[in-house]
Amino acid sequence: MTRNLKEWIDAGGPYIWLNAGAVSVSVIMVAGLLLLIAVHGLGHFWPGPIAGFSYTDENGAVEHVLGEFADREIVPRARLGQADPRIRAEQELVERRLIKTGNRDFLGIDFRWVLGAGMGNVTFPTDVMAVERREWGNLYGYLVAVKRAGKSLVNDTDPWPVLRRQIEETGAVFDTIRHVERDLIGAANYRMERLRLEERGLELNHVDDAQKRARIHGERTGLKVEYERHTGRLVELYARLNEATYVIRLADGSEHELPIAKIVRAYRPNEMPLPGKLGFYALKLWEFMADEPREANTEGGIFPAIFGTVLMVMIMAVLVTPFGVMAAVYLREYAKQGTLTRLIRIAVNNLAGVPSVVYGMFGLGFFVYFLGGSIDAAFFAESLPAPTFGTPGLLWASLTLALLTVPVVIVSTEEGLTRVPRAIREGSLALGATKAETLWRTVLPMTASAMMTGLILAVARAAGEVAPLMLVGVVKLAPSLALDGNAPFLHLDRKFMHLGFHIYDVGFQSPNVEAARPLVYASALLLVFIVVVLNLTAIRIRNRLRQKYRAAEQN
Amino acid sequence: MPAPLTENSGRPAVSVLAAADREDVPSHAINLSALPQAQKRLSLDREKPCIEVHGLNLYYAEKQALKNVDMLLPEKRVTAFIGPSGCGKSTLLRCFNRMNDLIDDVRTEGEISLHGQSIVGKEVNVSELRRRVGIVFQKPNPFPKSIYENVAYGLRIQGVNDRRTLDAVVEKSLRNAALWEEVKDRLDDNALGLSGGQAQRLVIARAIAIEPEVVLLDEPCSALDPISTLKIEELIYELKDSYTIIIVTHNMQQAARVSDYTAYMYLGELIEFKDTNTLFTNPSQKMTEDYITGRYG
Repeated sequence: MTRNLKEWIDAGGPYIWLNAGAVSVSVIMVAGLLLLIAVHGLGHFWPGPIAGFSYTDENGAVEHVLGEFADREIVPRARLGQADPRIRAEQELVERRLIKTGNRDFLGIDFRWVLGAGMGNVTFPTDVMAVERREWGNLYGYLVAVKRAGKSLVNDTDPWPVLRRQIEETGAVFDTIRHVERDLIGAANYRMERLRLEERGLELNHVDDAQKRARIHGERTGLKVEYERHTGRLVELYARLNEATYVIRLADGSEHELPIAKIVRAYRPNEMPLPGKLGFYALKLWEFMADEPREANTEGGIFPAIFGTVLMVMIMAVLVTPFGVMAAVYLREYAKQGTLTRLIRIAVNNLAGVPSVVYGMFGLGFFVYFLGGSIDAAFFAESLPAPTFGTPGLLWASLTLALLTVPVVIVSTEEGLTRVPRAIREGSLALGATKAETLWRTVLPMTASAMMTGLILAVARAAGEVAPLMLVGVVKLAPSLALDGNAPFLHLDRKFMHLGFHIYDVGFQSPNVEAARPLVYASALLLVFIVVVLNLTAIRIRNRLRQKYRAAEQN
Repeated sequence: MPAPLTENSGRPAVSVLAAADREDVPSHAINLSALPQAQKRLSLDREKPCIEVHGLNLYYAEKQALKNVDMLLPEKRVTAFIGPSGCGKSTLLRCFNRMNDLIDDVRTEGEISLHGQSIVGKEVNVSELRRRVGIVFQKPNPFPKSIYENVAYGLRIQGVNDRRTLDAVVEKSLRNAALWEEVKDRLDDNALGLSGGQAQRLVIARAIAIEPEVVLLDEPCSALDPISTLKIEELIYELKDSYTIIIVTHNMQQAARVSDYTAYMYLGELIEFKDTNTLFTNPSQKMTEDYITGRYG
């Protein structure tokens, strides 16, 4: 036995177990984290059943409650404070449940804790409906009637299909309104602003060109006419929208007439079959990824944040690669190796360890105020005092992150350059190539996979960075995407939304914590997913490059 | 003992190789009777000089690697440099196209000229010089590109991008390097997939594609198997009509087989330099004799 043990130790058994253990712990932690995020985040979109029950409060008053169960807790009795007639004296632990009651406009809050002891029989009435609204969160109740311009559309039949049809109709009208408001009027406004800037530019340059003035005036008149036409149409559309209403009976028995225009969707989860629930789930998930946020980011989708994150990372990649590669080539190939290059290398390596918020400060001070301010003074004088580039925006955020990640690109490119065999360089030089030609035609292509490695690390770091972005361009809610149909299409001066910041904002700055919590998990899962996708893309490219040059590196 | 050879004309390399591979012969001793008779009447005095070296000293930092070397290298001939490791033969070879410039702390004194034109000094266009003096290294170093692009590399550097010209040059160079038949169907394959011998012939094709005046071979066969070695040697034999070839080798049989003239170097000095036949059969220096007869390790 002892001999076996000694052999086992001599053969390195403990180390193998130690290493394997370390690996398994890491894997379990990562998998556990992902699982936790996934469970919390993805469950949110499932149409949970709506429970109805009568509830006796501590004063003996009875009320009816409708809502979704959100959480359940067992707490010691002492936590509840004063004596409660509903709890038997010998009971040490009591159960309480968190109910999402919705109806924030009527109840003031949409989540409440109820004591299990006060709950009557729980039923799941099939005709209870959940209404997802553009404002005030969900509404739970029973549908009574559907009206248009005060007249009921329902005659003794089931009002439910009528409501669904009306929602579809108003939804279509709503989409038209959004199109008119954002695309048409937005474009007209954009062009109007351009005209104003042009006029102001002429004024600043003391140009008094009657022809240009006339043209601007003409265009402006045209735009005004267009604008009037659009707003006229809007008034008409809004009138149509507000005609339709529905009457709902809440849990307490009161009836309310509300506009259908405010409904995103209505559904009856208790009577929904499983395929219906699955379809609903897919729809909600899609909405989450493809729609804009509503209600201080606690409802709706996070598309602008996804878009902003990806766009920012891509611009950063475009900026950081040439910069890092050029720096590495100079350091490794041209600079005389000595104390100075060694110092620079140490500085570059240490730059990677500087806290990212420091870069944010630098970006704000140097890029935004100094560079952006100078650009504004030189090229955008007509829009001053409103800053164009002299304010946080997409370009500065990308540049700041490029600066943050340039050390890793430099380091890995340098490593790639040192790996190119001397024989290959000599072979090229021996054929009469100059050093620059050798670099361009042979050495740099062979370094491509190392550059990609650097870029992968850079992307991974940049996509997860939040702190510096808060200073140089990320906002809670951006009015428009940085990429749109108005020339010049890519608006680098605009502020943008970012998933990382979105998580922070929704999680910690939201007035409605309970409603926001699942979204934090869902956003986190999506952020992880995006980082993985970006990385996998880069890794695939790198592996293809590596395949091409692998044999040469082994020489 | 090795069997005497009777046929001495034509392609001597083939028959000499058989003797060289015999295990009972010391690896660097030479079978004198195998020397080609045709080379016996060569004499340096009657040759047209291609490269002239005068009073060449070379230092790696403080260490002197070449000591006062004087020599005239004949045109359109094969000259071999032999000598023990570290004697400076590769260093001397690399002086002819300034490859030593790539090494830090190298200092040279003296004069080297190519066809009467000095090739030392700062004002020399080194890229231009290297186009005229090509080099093939000990280890095959194909670029990680296609076979075609490897051969076309030198021309592309010179700005030649016309497909027809490139096609013609690539084919001609590969034919001259005796590689065409083996690779003509896979010119677009990566050159890294070639065997060692093929790769070395590819590198030679790459070097002759830009039509240099001189081809320097720095132990071109030391990383190759005997069959590949044989092919390279045949190739050298073919190429000497068109190019001045200078070869560094550790293998004395090889020097004897392929070269017209041989220089023996020792510790940075040129000890003896004359036609191959005389050097191997009748060396004037004791040191040379010791080395070629195997008494010097």
